[in-house]
Amino acid sequence: MCCCEKKDPKQEALEALLAKYKGQKGALIPVLQQTQDIYGYLPKEALQQISRELKIPLSEIFGVCTFYAQFHLSPRGRNIIRVCLGTACHVRGGAKIFERVQQELGIKDGETTEDLRFTIESVACIGACGLAPVIMVNDDTHGRLTPDQIPDILAQYE
Amino acid sequence: MISLAEKRKEYQNRLVEKAKKTVIVVGMGTCGIAAGGDKVWQALENAVKNKNLDIELVYSGCIGLCYVEPIMEVHRPDMPRVIYGNVNGETALKILEEHALNGKVVSDLAVAQDPKEGKTVLPEIPILNEMPFYKKQVKTAIANCGIINPDSIEEYIAYGGYEALEKVLSSMSQTQVIEEVKKSGLRGRGGGGFPTGLKWEFAYKSPGDKKYVICNADEGDPGAFMDRSVLEGDPHAVLEGMAICGYAIGADEGYIYVRAEYPLAIKRLENAIAQAEKAGLLGENILGSGFNFKLRIKAGAGAFVCGEETALINSIEGKRGMPRVRPPFPAQSGLWNKPTNNNNVETYANIPGIIRKGADWFAGMGTEKSKGSKVFALTGKVNRTGLAEVPIGITIREIIFDIAGGIQNNKKFKAVQIGGPSGGCIPEEYLDTPVDYDSLTALGAMMGSGGLVVMDETTCMVDVARFFLNFTQKESCGKCTPCREGTKRMLEILNRICDGKGKPEDIDTLERLSNVIKSTALCGLGQSAPNPVLATLRYFRNEYEDHIHNKKCTAGVCTALLEYKIDPDKCKGCGACKKVCPVGAISGEKKEAHEIDAGKCIKCGSCIEKCKFDAIIKG
Ligand SMILES: Cc1cc2nc3c(=O)[nH]c(=O)nc-3n(C[C@H](O)[C@H](O)[C@H](O)COP(=O)(O)O)c2cc1C
Ligand code: SF4
Ligand code: SF4
Ligand code: SF4
Ligand code: FES
Ligand code: FES
Repeated sequence: MCCCEKKDPKQEALEALLAKYKGQKGALIPVLQQTQDIYGYLPKEALQQISRELKIPLSEIFGVCTFYAQFHLSPRGRNIIRVCLGTACHVRGGAKIFERVQQELGIKDGETTEDLRFTIESVACIGACGLAPVIMVNDDTHGRLTPDQIPDILAQYE
Repeated sequence: MISLAEKRKEYQNRLVEKAKKTVIVVGMGTCGIAAGGDKVWQALENAVKNKNLDIELVYSGCIGLCYVEPIMEVHRPDMPRVIYGNVNGETALKILEEHALNGKVVSDLAVAQDPKEGKTVLPEIPILNEMPFYKKQVKTAIANCGIINPDSIEEYIAYGGYEALEKVLSSMSQTQVIEEVKKSGLRGRGGGGFPTGLKWEFAYKSPGDKKYVICNADEGDPGAFMDRSVLEGDPHAVLEGMAICGYAIGADEGYIYVRAEYPLAIKRLENAIAQAEKAGLLGENILGSGFNFKLRIKAGAGAFVCGEETALINSIEGKRGMPRVRPPFPAQSGLWNKPTNNNNVETYANIPGIIRKGADWFAGMGTEKSKGSKVFALTGKVNRTGLAEVPIGITIREIIFDIAGGIQNNKKFKAVQIGGPSGGCIPEEYLDTPVDYDSLTALGAMMGSGGLVVMDETTCMVDVARFFLNFTQKESCGKCTPCREGTKRMLEILNRICDGKGKPEDIDTLERLSNVIKSTALCGLGQSAPNPVLATLRYFRNEYEDHIHNKKCTAGVCTALLEYKIDPDKCKGCGACKKVCPVGAISGEKKEAHEIDAGKCIKCGSCIEKCKFDAIIKG
């Protein structure tokens, strides 16, 4: 069976993305955001291709990637847990929640579990401060938490 | 020009028709969903579908009652509207069955009622506008939030939406619009409080063939969620405000820069823009007036400094979000070096009301130098967390004690942080200060964007200062030395003090560093980074001294300075503490007083939570 003519769907998605943004002003950040949506992170090869197509030096792209907290240069978990350590959550026990999440998964801030199921990130406010303390798993926000609720919440994500 | 009047009439009639049916509204802002609003929605949707009920199920943004989320409302044509709080899937079905279908109010879950033609349902249910949470509020910027369906341009128009844009395009010159905004006295709601009309005038007078309008929806201050609520609850108000600004300054393009942590706000904005374009209210030749205005959304990428307007502009251009040196100001040379006007979400949301109801109406609220109303996010150790819009000039005490219901668990108030990491804390003795831009600045705090984080006696103010410094130090973009290096040095000192290794000269060093950073940093982030330290030093200097000289943290927060002890007179020897101690530091015979081995104790605090007899003391 020959598969060499079939393109990788991710590669195809990236090409479509670059075609859409080519020549547009201020395209770099949305392109990086959507590339990350495709791959889950920013692979080096993808950055090189972006550099060629958008005619932006790789060094500049790297500078942008490392400046913003949102961009990641290595693979991440299927589920991203954002634990809020903002002011409102801080005064309502956010640190205890953070401890418990790290303890349950056996990883630290910014790390990913070996099975690539979870990545933990601390963030400085999700905007649901009225329900502090709060965590966000992918796009779902969970509020008014106590540490004991953490295992049940994590169990919802495969 | 095309008039919206007929359409508005039609949409209003539709609302009247809809009100002849029973309507259930579920609050579905991010916070409502986080509290379980989506589960309530699911349960109701299934029931309505499966039983084929003649009920309109709709959702709204939030009405600001975070403390009783999830919220649902029932409007029966024959009854006043009733708001229910703390509902879940099960109780929602009960309310559906008893109230929506059979007209019987479920009084134990009802939070408030909104009388209809003077009539109420049950006397014991509080009247919405007379509830302590609402009584002192005014609703202007967030008037529609929680009332209309944010995904429906028809409802926005039925409630008077886009009337202001129509008025501006059909009967006002650019300078007339600017004069009206100037006259209203509106000041920027993004933190600095710069007069909005004046800003627009600068951009209007700047020569240029191309100009831009930007909306700053980066809302990075931890503890603040006013902008998110506006975007999720009433996105069209922001679009309308921006279009009016575009007309006034002569711009035909705009950007909304929304932080990436707000996916729902982005979704609702995208939908709102698409609807407005379809209705001819954005895009080419708006309402046949010849005015073009196109809007785009840019999602932020997670950098607090991008809330600073020149950094934000760099970020839209696809660069690293580092601040630019000013002047030139964005009004002269902003996005792609063109004249640009940037305002905050809430600032724009105030514009349609000012144009529609007049500058005098707006200027009738507030104080002499700070007009109108301001939305605050009430969080921290208060009984009623939520979103409240109040006339500027109300006192801090009224906000915290009357609206937010005072401190949780009968604890004592200690301080309130206003203005996030750039602001400062305000202690008890200044609670009667009116909230306006100038009074707060005089106290070493600032109005900021409107986040109020209330702290009680269990909060250590040195730890709070360290918390903010840690935040600003991490978020410093590194472009200029005083901020990059200075915040690091300050954080080291604060860490040292909290660890019990503070030196007598540390307070002086902190003050000196603060003053240097404030006067030499390039952008607002660095210039304001020392504020939380200076404010805590000003009002809670004794706590610093206690930490440094007596190695004591009276609030019992700084772990290194704590010691856990068991009071032998109170201890009943139940053994509960012994079981939870992770390091086996507690010993004692059953029914006899237990003891903690200070050498082994890692100060985790687990034991104190378990003791039912308050026998364990930390200090
Ligand atoms: C570090 C930093 C962060 C800021 N963050 C925000 C923000 O999240 N939202 C906002 O509207 N303004 C923010 N500002 C203020 C903006 O620079 C700008 O003054 C404001 O958007 C102007 O709008 P206004 O005149 O309507 O208040 C920030 C400023 C600094 C220095
Ligand atoms: S003050 Fe701080 S955030 Fe602002 S430019 Fe300087 S280093 Fe960057
Ligand atoms: S604080 Fe923690 S380590 Fe210390 S005695 Fe109590 S449970 Fe044990
Ligand atoms: S839990 Fe309290 S009462 Fe029981 S043994 Fe420990 S200190 Fe004594
Ligand atoms: S501080 Fe945690 S959600 Fe805002
Ligand atoms: S109820 Fe939505 S802001 Fe809290």
